[in-house]
Formats: sequence, C-alpha cells, structure tokens
Amino acid sequence: MTAHPTSPYFKENAHEALKDEQLQMALSNVRQGFIDKRAAVAAKLPEFEALRDSARDIKNHTLANLDLYLEKWENKVHDAGGHVHWARTAEEARQAIVDICRKAGAKTVTKGKSMISEEINLNAAIEAAGMTPVETDLGEYIIQLRNEAPSHIIAPAVHLNATQVESDFRRVHTHLDPNRDLSEPVQLLTEARQVLREKFLAADVGITGANFLIAETGTSVIVTNEGNGDLTQILPKIHIVIASIEKLVPTLDDVSQILRVLARSATGQEMSVYTTFSTGPRRPGDVDGPEEYHVVVLDNGRSAMLGTSFQDMLRCIRCGACMNHCPVYHAVGGHAYGWVYPGPMGAVLSPSLIGVDKAGHLPNASTFCGRCESVCPVRIPLPKMMRHWREQEFERHLTPATVRSGLGVWAFFAKRPTLYRFASNLGMKALAFFGRDKGKFTSLPFAGGWTDYRDFPAPQGGTFQDQWKARKGAKS
Amino acid sequence: MSAREEIFGAVRRSLGVTGQEQPRREAVNERIAKAPRGIVPERGQLSGEALLALFEEQAKATLATIDRVKDRAAVPDAIADFLRRTNLPARLRMGADPRLGEMPWDKTALEVSHGKSDGGDLVAVNHAFAGVAETGTLILTSGPDNPTTLNFLPDYAIVIVDAKDVRGSYEDVWQRIRDRDGKGHMPRTVNWITGPSRSGDIEQKLLLGAHGPRSVHIVLVGE
Repeated sequence: MTAHPTSPYFKENAHEALKDEQLQMALSNVRQGFIDKRAAVAAKLPEFEALRDSARDIKNHTLANLDLYLEKWENKVHDAGGHVHWARTAEEARQAIVDICRKAGAKTVTKGKSMISEEINLNAAIEAAGMTPVETDLGEYIIQLRNEAPSHIIAPAVHLNATQVESDFRRVHTHLDPNRDLSEPVQLLTEARQVLREKFLAADVGITGANFLIAETGTSVIVTNEGNGDLTQILPKIHIVIASIEKLVPTLDDVSQILRVLARSATGQEMSVYTTFSTGPRRPGDVDGPEEYHVVVLDNGRSAMLGTSFQDMLRCIRCGACMNHCPVYHAVGGHAYGWVYPGPMGAVLSPSLIGVDKAGHLPNASTFCGRCESVCPVRIPLPKMMRHWREQEFERHLTPATVRSGLGVWAFFAKRPTLYRFASNLGMKALAFFGRDKGKFTSLPFAGGWTDYRDFPAPQGGTFQDQWKARKGAKS
Repeated sequence: MSAREEIFGAVRRSLGVTGQEQPRREAVNERIAKAPRGIVPERGQLSGEALLALFEEQAKATLATIDRVKDRAAVPDAIADFLRRTNLPARLRMGADPRLGEMPWDKTALEVSHGKSDGGDLVAVNHAFAGVAETGTLILTSGPDNPTTLNFLPDYAIVIVDAKDVRGSYEDVWQRIRDRDGKGHMPRTVNWITGPSRSGDIEQKLLLGAHGPRSVHIVLVGE
C-alpha cells in the first residue's frame, strides 16, 4: 500500500475523503478525544512547558553530535551482545531483515507497531520471502486484515468504525462461531487478543520499532499501551529492532525528560502503560527473552536533512499531537496525505523523504493556523517549514501555472504600494456595491474554489490598510 | 564503501564536521559520563508518607488496584484475600526471586508454581525493583529470578513493591540501577508498567486487557 505514494493526488484524495460518510463519522472521534485529554494532562503538570523546552534542547544537542552518539550507542550494543545493521535505503533495511529471518528459518514473524516498517514497506518484503508477517497492535492488525495503510501514526485504524472492524473479523476469523456476538468493542478486543495470542506463541522472529535508542547503555525503547510490543520481543528466539538514525538520545536521564512529554502529548496519559528498555539478548541464566538481538538502523534521506532548514524536523518523537490538532487532518483524515506520515509532521517530512515533486501538495494543505506548533512537545516550527517547502516548490517551478501567474499579478501590485492601495480600494468598493443587498456572494468569477462550498462575505468598513491606519492613529 | 561508513560520512558532511573535533568529543563524553538530570517535577521530589500516598493515588489513577501491608510476612494472606475478592482461583505463578521465597506461602491455601510463563497462567506474582510515585509506575528488571514473560502473559498481574523502594522520579530509579549494575550497564529488560494493558484503537474508546494483563494489583509492603 505504502510503496506507491498517492500524495501527488492529494486534492482528489481530499475530495473523496470529504464525501466519505463512514470516514467523517470516525474522524469525529479524533476531534473530540485527543485534544481535551492532552489539555487536561498538561494542565496537571506545572513543569510541562519547561519539559518541552528540555526535550527540544536534548534532541538539538543530539542531532548536532549525531555521528558521535551513533558511535557510542553502537559500541554499547556490541558490548551487550547485540548486532547492528546499517541501512542507507529502504531496500537495504528490508534486505537486512529478510536475511535475518531467512537464516532463522522463520515462518511466522510478529510485529510491534513501527512507522519505519511502514516507510520501508516491510510486510511486502517478508511475504515475498515466503514468511507471514503478523501485525499485533490492535489497530495495525485491523488494517493489515483490510490491506490498508495506517491513517494516523499512533492510532492506525482511527479512520474506521466498530461495525467495519466487526465485518472484517467475521470475514477473516472463519474458524470461530459465526453466530458469536461482536456488537461491543470489548468483544472485538477479546477476539483479537485470543487470535493474536496464538501468533505470539508461534512466532520465530519478533520485529519492533524503537521510540528511542540510548547511547549511554546501547538500549532500545518501545512505548505501548497494549503490551503487544513486549510479547513480540520476548517470546521469539530473535528480536529485530528497526529504527532510524534520529532516534538517538544521550542518556537514561535524557530519555526520561522526553518520556514525560511523549504520552501526555500523544494520548493524554501521564505515562503510557508499557515503556520497555531492551539491552542485548538474553543473559546467562535467563529463562526467557530473545537469544539474538538485532538493530537495523535506517538513514533513508535523514542525513541529508541535517544542516538544512529541515533539521528541526528530525526532533520529531512521533506523538501525533500535530495531526490531532490539525483542522486539515480533521477534515480529510490520514489516507488523503497519500504516504506513511500524515498531518503537519507528514507535510514537512514526506517531501524530504519522497521528494517535493511527489509530496508538494502536502505543505500547501495548511491554513497556517499554528496549532501544530503550539502543541508540538519538541517545539518543531511546522508552519515555518511548510513555508520553506512552498518556497522550494515555487523556485523549482513545480507550482501550477495558475498559481504562479496569480502570484505574479499580486507581486506586481505589492511592489507598487500606491497602485496596490488604489486597486484594493477599488476592488473592495466594487464588491461592497454589488453585494450590498445580500451582504454576501454565492458565486464570484475566478473564486469558484471558495464559493462552491461557502458564501463570500461582502466587504464592509474599508480596506485592512485603512482600518490599520485608523486604529494606529487612535492609539497614538 | 560500506553502508555504515557512508551513513557516517553523510551525517558528517551535512553537519560540516569530521568527527575528530576535540570539543565535540568532550561534550559528548561528558554528557554520557555525568548524565545531567534535567527537570524533575516537584511532585517527583516528595519523601516519607507523602511519597507513598502519591504513589498510591497515581497508581489508582492508572486503574491499578493497591493494598498496603505492614511487612513481607503479611503478603501471602493479602494476596489470598485479593484472589477471593476477585473470584479468582487460588493458583499463582512466580519467579525465583528470593524476596518472594522468604514469604510464608505455605501458611495459605495458595497453590504456587515457579518459572516463566508459557501463556497458560491466569495469575502471576512479580516483585518490582522499584515504584515511581510521579506516575504510579512499577519498575521491574529481568534476570534469572524474574522472567519477563510473567509480566505480560498472565491475565492478572500482582506486583509486590517494598515501600523503601518507592522513589519520587524515574531518575532516582536509574541511579539505583547504575549503583547495582554499574554505570552504562542495564539489565536485559527494564519494564516500566503504568496500569493494566489497554487499547483505544477501536473508535478511541478505552478498553482494558489488550494483550497484557487486564488487571494490575499492587501490594505495597512496609512504611
């Protein structure tokens, strides 16, 4: 699914999404839930804003010294008996993972939730190698059954309603009683728990992502609420971690700072249920745990973001707060963005990873309301970076001709203030005159994109510049 | 050139560094050696009874349940009582942790078996390394006596915490692990557990018992 981005068709995707009643019903859960929960839990911790600064500073320091922290971390993984595999590209990462699975003679491969796995389209590669990948996060399991991509980075099935999940379970779990009751969500959860429990116990290899890699100790960290990531990594003989280079943090103390803002920003919990720190394979005397521990470290375009105006994006800890608060995401959901990462963080990251020629619509799909930046736990200036992409798109002549010529006309006037004032005054008066009866327009030439969906109000009370002048005069 | 060398080369080119700069190396070495604490919330700096009260309050907020008993000898009775209240069979699985071994299980009617879990156990008892009052978090470390599977496979998790092991903040617990295992060394697995397993993946409704234990019961020992 994720192999071929549909980001170039964002506009068409968005139109479809707006018409999709099931999707719109499901999206109302995002609008209601996440925002209130985050606000409540942030208000309970007086140090929350200071911790956001601290998290930002830790990530900045790490990125500025990323080469050195990667070295330290790698040495520590080796000391603990683990293996590190470096992957420049998605292809190299897939190959490294498939090789480990093949060598183990694996049949069933369980997986914890990982966006990097989506980014490199790992499941298809595992299947092509004749093995069965099983997603174990409830949301990921549901979308795997539907052959869909996640629509949210922490709530992959947020675009679905319980009735859809019920019909998928009935379609796939044909070994169960067809007359069973699945009308309550908790019955769906219980069924998934039973079905997946067998997979956990049968798996030969378990693959998880990593929220963090710790240089001090060579540790990988996963954060989950379900416990699926843990069952994925402690039961099979082999645990493979797939992580990208920017997941590094220096110390256990540093990761604790960031963990204090992660769950609060993501789900509005003070702490997620399971935060698990894994260091190497099982030790002498251990009666459980994996016999081999591998980390596949992926670059895939990230090193090229360092030292550019997009370096700040590498601070992202994938909490999802930006999309939870985004009016565009609320309207169209995650699939419309057409690739792995939706919402504001995706609008900035996707052009870096798959090219602005493919993902150029995404940074344009923003009202610049700034809510994303205001809730980002590591204070990434997302609107500013979307603006950078728009500039790059314009400079590289990727912007559509109508927009370019429109901007050209605007620029002509903007460079000539007297003419600008005259023209805007004239335009405003004309609109005010023609709209004086209704106070609004239901259609306007060249503005169908606006008036097809809502009325355009007739201007009243002078141009912005007139009002600005009057108010400044009143103040001084 | 290997993938590793190319990635390091690309990172260094982008950052405009060689990796040989002494000031950068010193800054990184110092941060790892000193592991500065950062901001510890005020509520993570309590002590005495206020610390234990916050731990209890926060643990309940995560939908865990908690009993307090005065000493280790009182733990088996308290657990037997919990199982009766919850209508669970009087059967337990636990690791070989000596702190558990010291407890008078034979004075109760509980049937106790030892070792890792294969998925067939309903109730497990674990001994926590520490508790963190800030968020009511339990901290468990893996080892020959503390199989990690017992934390995740059983439906009901009972976790024993010594009151003297409850700390205000995560940082205080990291310090204890460094003191025990040596700076820069970690047990294979450190589990922070904050309440019972849950999922919000179906219509954002909170449902307990996703893949891990559907119930977490804490027994806090001592004062």
